[in-house]
Amino acid sequence: MKDLVAVVMLAGIYSLLSASFFVVMDAADVAFTEASVGAGISTLLMLVAITMTGRSEHLVRHKPMLALVVVTIIGGLLIYGTLDMPHFGAVDSPIHGYVAPRYINDSMQEVGVINIVTSVLASYRAFDTFGEVVVIFTAGIGVLVLLSVERRPEDDAEIDSLNKAMHEQQLILRIATKMLIPFILLFALYVQFHGDFGPGGGFQAGVIFASAIILYAMLFGLSTARRVINQSFIQLVAAIGVLLFGSTGLVSLLNGGNFLDYNVLFVDPIAGQHLGIFLIEWGVGCTVASVIVLIFFNFAGRRENYKRKKHRETK
Amino acid sequence: MMFMGLYNYWIVVVLMMIGLYIVIAHGNLIKKIVGLTIFQTSVFIFYISIAKVDGGTAPILEDGVSQYSNPLPHVLILTAIVVGIATTALGLALAVRLKEAYGSIEEKHIQDLDNHTLENQSKDEQGC
Repeated sequence: MKDLVAVVMLAGIYSLLSASFFVVMDAADVAFTEASVGAGISTLLMLVAITMTGRSEHLVRHKPMLALVVVTIIGGLLIYGTLDMPHFGAVDSPIHGYVAPRYINDSMQEVGVINIVTSVLASYRAFDTFGEVVVIFTAGIGVLVLLSVERRPEDDAEIDSLNKAMHEQQLILRIATKMLIPFILLFALYVQFHGDFGPGGGFQAGVIFASAIILYAMLFGLSTARRVINQSFIQLVAAIGVLLFGSTGLVSLLNGGNFLDYNVLFVDPIAGQHLGIFLIEWGVGCTVASVIVLIFFNFAGRRENYKRKKHRETK
Repeated sequence: MMFMGLYNYWIVVVLMMIGLYIVIAHGNLIKKIVGLTIFQTSVFIFYISIAKVDGGTAPILEDGVSQYSNPLPHVLILTAIVVGIATTALGLALAVRLKEAYGSIEEKHIQDLDNHTLENQSKDEQGC
């Protein structure tokens, strides 16, 4: 397929389908994340990138036959490898031994959170999650380094007039979205706080919160959105999220426990666990939301700059 | 009938190979990134499908339910999805910068331009 917009849209549909597949496989939390990230944000970012890189592909494949042969051989070997694997849905497969029974049987007494996924994510394997949050933070910094443009104040008027011409055409869309945004924000907060009892938590909430801000930026222009939320403020929040996560770990270390061992945070271990999970979910939510907003702002800022240059050339 | 219980792995392998083929055979960087996301999703499906237990439900504790699917792969994939979007964004940012530097995101054009500048450089050095 030559048209990259069609390719990106198909990738988005594929993501949504895989999200529904995850629901069928009993992985509600994962489906939630995939639906908001894969089908929403990633499609959007790819579309923004395409507006800058051009939407058609030069159909020059290098050695498609060779690639096909390589792919077939690897695929054949992998399928040969699966012949010894445990059957789909088998109760006695090795993955269900070891730590999983402990999570399922004891997490209520040890952590006191109904959603096992949250208790594993935020308590048993919190160290792992800390690593992931740092990776997200680093990726955000990487995008910032690669794409940030210095904006001179004298260009502002020109960009604003370009944006206005585009945005005035979409009055109905703007008003409808304006009413939607508070509900999206409220839903994000619900997902954030409800993560202990049902599917949800910092990762999903962060993405949903960010998508509300991105929606606003798309319809009212980047400069208006930047006036509402300052970019340096978002950068600060991204750093504070990671800091909150890390310092929760440090506090438990100073209280005589292991790093990120919440039992010592409070007199009652279960209350300590709840406090710890609450704090680190906030850290995760802050970092994820602000990194995604930051990524979008930088892509869109680059695009505005690009549009301005083109506009000047046509003049 | 012995192998029918393995069809989930085969779906994963097929998706993974589609992703790999796109990454190898297509020169367009955006398409390569799409290929990578397909590859990535196939790994997600692999993890989630081995976590599934027959007759189990979602791992949210409830009275009267004793069979849950395995929560550990869910946790790993949940975080991997969000990390995936962050790294994809980084890849897209690199593609945008390449477009600005070379005027193209086709692998072949970029290679040709690089070869051209290298040849010019070596010619200059010989001239000296």
